Amino acid sequence: MKELIGRLTGAYGPSGREDEVRRLIAGELEGHVDGCRTDALGNLIAWKGGPGPRIMLAAHMDEIGFMVTHVDENGFARYAVVGSMDHQVLLGQRVVFPGGRMGVIGSERVEKPEEMKHEKLFIDAGAGAGVGVGDVAVFHRPLEESGCRLVAKAMDDRVGCAILVEVGRRLTSAPNQVFLVFTAQEEVGLRGARTSAYGIGPDCGVAVDVTDTGDTPKARTMEVSLGKGPAVKVMDTYLMCHPGVRRALEESAAAAGTPFQREVLERGGTDAGAIAVTREGVPAGVVSIPTRYIHTPSEMVDYADVEGAVALLLAFVSRPLDLS
Amino acid sequence: MELNTLARLCDARGVSGDEAEIRDIIRQQAGGRVDVLGNLLVARPDPAGGPSVRVMLAAHMDEVGFLVTHLEKNGRLRFSTVGGIDPRVLPGLAVLVGRDRAPGIIGLGPPHLLDRKESPAVARVDDLLIDVGCSSREEAERWFSVGDYATFATVAGELGDGLVLAKALDDRAGCAVLLEVLAEEYPGVELHAVFTVQEEIGLRGARVAAHAIAPEVGLVLEGTIAAEGAGREEADRVTAVGAGPVLSLMDRTSIASREMVRVLVEVAEQAGLPYQFRRSGQGGNDAGAISLALEGVPTAAISVPCRYLHGPASVASLEDVDRVARLTAAFVRRVGTEGLRFRY
Repeated sequence: MKELIGRLTGAYGPSGREDEVRRLIAGELEGHVDGCRTDALGNLIAWKGGPGPRIMLAAHMDEIGFMVTHVDENGFARYAVVGSMDHQVLLGQRVVFPGGRMGVIGSERVEKPEEMKHEKLFIDAGAGAGVGVGDVAVFHRPLEESGCRLVAKAMDDRVGCAILVEVGRRLTSAPNQVFLVFTAQEEVGLRGARTSAYGIGPDCGVAVDVTDTGDTPKARTMEVSLGKGPAVKVMDTYLMCHPGVRRALEESAAAAGTPFQREVLERGGTDAGAIAVTREGVPAGVVSIPTRYIHTPSEMVDYADVEGAVALLLAFVSRPLDLS
Repeated sequence: MELNTLARLCDARGVSGDEAEIRDIIRQQAGGRVDVLGNLLVARPDPAGGPSVRVMLAAHMDEVGFLVTHLEKNGRLRFSTVGGIDPRVLPGLAVLVGRDRAPGIIGLGPPHLLDRKESPAVARVDDLLIDVGCSSREEAERWFSVGDYATFATVAGELGDGLVLAKALDDRAGCAVLLEVLAEEYPGVELHAVFTVQEEIGLRGARVAAHAIAPEVGLVLEGTIAAEGAGREEADRVTAVGAGPVLSLMDRTSIASREMVRVLVEVAEQAGLPYQFRRSGQGGNDAGAISLALEGVPTAAISVPCRYLHGPASVASLEDVDRVARLTAAFVRRVGTEGLRFRY
C-alpha cells in the first residue's frame, strides 16, 4: 500500500484538474468493483456489494495548487492560489506544471516580514514560453519514509484515496451497497461531494480525509496524535457527526481490533459536511488520518494509522448498517 | 450593440430582491415565466425537433444598491448596502429612493468643518444617512418606509467614442447579450434563457432555476472586473476593456469546465473574435450555483469587461458587448450542431 500511496501522492491533480489521479484510481480498481462512472464534475464513483443500504465513502482526489494569472516578459508567473495555502511555507519551493515543466517560487524584496503575501511571490518557470495564464502548478516532492512515518505532498487526501482503493480491493462481500467516491474540488469548497452525493442518494456517508494533530512542540491544543490510530470525528466547522454513524465507526474499530482516537477539529471541514446536507439530509461521519504539516509540501502521516483506517472501514461496510 | 438598448436596461431599477421593474422590461421583449424567487425563465424548444442538448444561459438582473432600514427623527433615511459596495464611494453620492425615484443624497459634513486628525479617512456606512429633503420623521413617513430600495442615480450615456458609462452594467450587459442571443435559432439545442435574481447576495436565483431546468450545459453571461484604476500594475488588472470577451477559468465559486473553455477559445478563433482570460481567482458568479445543481453541470462564463464595477458608474465597450453576444451565439450553435455535452 505504501507503493500505491507513493504513486497517488506523486500524481498531478489540483482542483478541477483531477484527470491523472482519476485514471490511476480507475486502473487500480479494475476487476475489484461492480461498476464505475465519472460524473459532470469529474467525480469517480465506483460501487460494490449490496443490495442493502447505500453507504458512500468519500476521499478527495484534488490537491492545492497555483493557477497562473500573469506571465511577464522574463517568464516570471504570478498566481492565484487553488484552495488555501499559507504564503510562509512557499519561498524556495519547487512546483511542477502538467507536462513536467518545473518552477521555483521566489519573492520580491520585502522590507518587513508582515508585508509578505502571495502577491509578492512569483513562480520562476524558466525563461521563455511554456507556461501561460490558466496553467496550474502543484508542489513537486516525492514520497519519503522516515521510520514509521510517510511524508509527501498531497497526502491530503491521496492517503484517503489509497485507503478507499484498498477497501475496494479487500472487500469480498458486504450486506450493504458500498459506493467508493473519489471526489473533485474538495479544496475549493466541498463541491464534488455535493453533486456526487446528490446522484447517489446514500443512506449513510463517511468521508476519509486528513486532520490536524496537537502532538508537535507548542502546538494548538488538540487531542489527536500520530500513531495512536485513525480518528473518528465528532465535530468540525461544517459537520456535527451523526451520533449513530460515530458509534458504528467506533464499534467497527473495536471489532477490527484497531485503536482509534476521537477528534474535535475547531477549524476546517471535509466532504462529509456537504454530504450531510444533500437532498433531505444524510447521516454522516468522518474517519480521519492524523496528519502533521497539512497544506505544506511535507504532509506527514503514520503508516499504522493508515492501516488501521483500512481495517476500521472494512469492518464498517461489512457489518449490517445500524445507525441507532 | 445600440447604446439606447443597453442604457434602458442599465437605468432600470433592480436591486437584489426588487427586480420587478427590470424584469418587466425584459419580459415585454422576451416573454417567459416568473418563478417563486422572481427569476424570468424563457424556454425555446429545439427548432430542429431533437435530439437536443439542454442548455441554460444565465444573466442576472439584480444590481448592488441600498435598502432603507430606519427613518430618523430628523427625516433622514438610515440604510444598509445590498451587495458589495466600496464604502469609499458613498459620501456625497446621489441616489434615487423608492419606486417613484425620489432624489436623495448621502450627506456628509462640509470640508470646512472637517477635523482632519479626529475624522476617519473613510466614513462608515453606519454614520451615513440619505437626505431626501424631509425635516421630520412624520414628513418622511408620508413618502418613504422601511424596506424601500435605493439605486445609484446615474443616467447611462456614451463616454468618449464607443464606451458606455452606466450604473448596473453588472449585469445588465449580460442581460443585453442574452436578449440578443435569443433573437437567433439554435437547431439541436433546447434553450433555457434565465434572467436571474439575487446574484449579488449569494447566487440565489440561479440555484433554484438550475434545479428546475436540470441543464446539461450551463453558460453564464456577466459583467466582470477590469481593474484598470490608477496605481494597479499590469499583472493585477484582471481584464482590459476593449480587449474582447472574458473567459473565466476559476473564481471563488467555480472552476470552469476545461472542455467548454477549450471549445470557446476555438469558436472565438474561428470567428476572428479577440478574447482574454480572467486573470484572478477572486469574485464569483452564477456559475457557482449552476455547476453544483443536482448531479453537477459543466459550466463556463463569458463576461463583458467593465471598469469601476459595483460603483455608481461603470464603463464598458459597446464593441465588447457585441463580441460577447457573437461568441455566445456561435458557441451555442456549435453545441447544437455537434451535440456537445462536455462530459468527462
